[in-house]
Amino acid sequence: MIEIRNLHAEIDGKKIINGLSLTVNDGEVAAIMGPNGSGKSTLSYVISGRAGYEVTGGEILLNGENILEMNAAERAAKGVFLAFQYPLEIPGVTTMTFLKACLNAQRKSRGEAELTTPDFMKRVKAGAEKLGVPQDMLRRALNVGFSGGEKKRMEVLQMSLLEPTFAILDETDSGLDIDALRIVSEGVNALRDPKRSFLVITHYQRLLDYIVPDTVHVMSKGQIVKTGAKELALELEANGYRDFVGEAA
Amino acid sequence: MAAVQETVDRVKSVDVDAYKYGFVSDIESEKAPKGLNEDIVRFISAKKNEPAWLTEWRLEAYRLWLTMREPDWARVDYPKINYQDLYYYSAPKSTPGPKNIDEVDPELLRVYEKLGIPLREQEILAGVQERRVAVDAVFDSVSVATTFKAELAKAGVIFCPISEAVHTHPELVKKYLGSVVPTSDNYYATLNSAVFSDGSFVYIPPGVRCPMELSTYFRINEQNTGQFERTLIIADKGSYVSYLEGCTAPKRDENQLHAAVVELITLDDAEIKYSTVQNWYPGDADGKGGIYNFVTKRGDCRGARSKISWTQVETGSAITWKYPSCILRGDESRGEFYSIAISNGRQQVDSGTKMIHLGKNTTSRIISKGISAGRSNNTYRGQVLAQKRATNARNFTNCDSLLIGETCGAHTIPYIEAKNASAVFEHEATTSKISEDQLFYCMQRGLSAEEATALIVNGFVRDVLQQLPMEFAVEAQKLISISLEGSVG
Ligand SMILES: Nc1ncnc2c1ncn2[C@@H]1O[C@H](COP(=O)(O)OP(=O)(O)O)[C@@H](O)[C@H]1O
Ligand SMILES: [Mg+2]
Repeated sequence: MIEIRNLHAEIDGKKIINGLSLTVNDGEVAAIMGPNGSGKSTLSYVISGRAGYEVTGGEILLNGENILEMNAAERAAKGVFLAFQYPLEIPGVTTMTFLKACLNAQRKSRGEAELTTPDFMKRVKAGAEKLGVPQDMLRRALNVGFSGGEKKRMEVLQMSLLEPTFAILDETDSGLDIDALRIVSEGVNALRDPKRSFLVITHYQRLLDYIVPDTVHVMSKGQIVKTGAKELALELEANGYRDFVGEAA
Repeated sequence: MAAVQETVDRVKSVDVDAYKYGFVSDIESEKAPKGLNEDIVRFISAKKNEPAWLTEWRLEAYRLWLTMREPDWARVDYPKINYQDLYYYSAPKSTPGPKNIDEVDPELLRVYEKLGIPLREQEILAGVQERRVAVDAVFDSVSVATTFKAELAKAGVIFCPISEAVHTHPELVKKYLGSVVPTSDNYYATLNSAVFSDGSFVYIPPGVRCPMELSTYFRINEQNTGQFERTLIIADKGSYVSYLEGCTAPKRDENQLHAAVVELITLDDAEIKYSTVQNWYPGDADGKGGIYNFVTKRGDCRGARSKISWTQVETGSAITWKYPSCILRGDESRGEFYSIAISNGRQQVDSGTKMIHLGKNTTSRIISKGISAGRSNNTYRGQVLAQKRATNARNFTNCDSLLIGETCGAHTIPYIEAKNASAVFEHEATTSKISEDQLFYCMQRGLSAEEATALIVNGFVRDVLQQLPMEFAVEAQKLISISLEGSVG
């Protein structure tokens, strides 16, 4: 469970998160929708501990523990995962090598034994198959020359391997055609679990037809301005954000 | 910027001062008086009981050197060296020609153990290690132990200190010494010719594939001592040898001069694979101390279809000035250069290669990976030249630079010239940077900034590491991590 209380955050002296509060319970899938520039990606960075963002107020508790003092790697080991809106390319490092290094780094940090190579291979292969990631992609440098859709699939594959307790998906649907959207959504749905919570950031109702949220939050100018059930997304689709954005001002 | 800054700071604080091999050994040594003149040259020659022709050869080089000027075209910057303030000969006292490993000063063996490079003999005898490597260890100026001599002799392979080869195989030494790097070649090579101390000599007879890897470890220990090794390797027709060279030096506040010469010769259908892991002391974080490494390495593919391949991992030295080169004289001969050059702290690297195509259908390949961190400067300087006769010369060059942080520099200076219109030269170059975004991405997946940097760097150098013999690759990979961070696993 993640609890964000009255969070204020800025970057390069610019205030972007302005007293945001949000709770996502275990097993819950929460969606955040909001106009461009409302601070959705910034929120995901602040939660995951990207350097350069200054938190000037409030707190973030993951299962009761304040994570604000931890660096990004420590938060990851605690179970925070971010599926990037624009996944990065890592030249020269094969996907397989990268995945193994990350998984073992997290395990080590939690005091768990490292996975043996055969164990690891088994897991990756099974995960890749489910997401329609071809084996030869695992031997290529991570995300280098991957299409937009392949990169997003790779994000979900990483998520399935790292088994986070709290996962943020930042516009995972953008750049996906309808088939890829279905595969990726199925991948996410397969990970839904009573002990895992999700924050799904999206612009479009479309994604929420596949990943059906328990709650929908509307974000504007660095705050949550409206919270409702999944029907709220339909309302937004029909009327736009205008009504809610007004409330925040 | 914070994460990159953090990495940069970490690199600054841990790395250079944590030079792992920076201990000084307490071994008594015998030195010639400081400074350089004809008497010192004669002294060195006499110490080694050299024949008159070699003494003369040295003196000629010395006289020539007096007329030469230190080169200043490289992108490196250092205070003037006072050549009269150096010792040109220093030998561990107890080593007038050890016959076998038992005769080597135990303190010396402990030094090699500390280096993590035991003379691998014991292990091999104990059957621990399957892969066998014959080792020649050069301590300051003198070769102290060459292992596996008997077994190599059975195959007809000669592997011994060059000072010994002068006596046991004078005809070979006389024929080949200076035939690739002439005494007049350049300031440092000329100096080396005058005062060279010791180094390894290798001869592989026709048709012989050397039954094991040959290896030399160089160690500078004495203060204010210049080290001038001379290595000469001849692969006769149809033979093959893989040769490994490793180097370390203790931490000293003064800079130490290292000016080696390596000459390789391949006759028809022969192949030499020469690998170096250079880890001389780089100086401290402020640029105090460290080795000045001015080295001339050149291979002559004298025979048709012969091949010379240089692989180097350069992590140490305050200044590196080094261009292992190939003269592709024989028709269809091939030259290769694979390089990883890492600079950190205040290190300055100006390194690269020359591929001189003289014969027909000659091919060459250059893969260079430069990594700069801290306040260092890293320059790749490479020449590819096809002479008139070199019909159908082919070269492929790939030259990549990786920058870590904001305060380092990378430069690529290719010289490409084809005097024969049929030459095809390809040149690719990239410069990239470990970005803040990449670091965050890796950290979000659970890697520390150091682990992420190491992973990316290892990915960057992978193509070249694969060229190294297994054991060396592992050693090199460790070195790369150490030289970049200290804290990277
Ligand atoms: N590094 C930065 N410096 C200054 N402003 C930034 C920076 N990063 C984002 N912003 C600004 O913060 C606001 C929110 O951006 P973002 O979180 O990307 O919004 P969203 O994901 O909701 O579209 C935008 O106005 C954007 O221009
Ligand atoms: Mg965004």
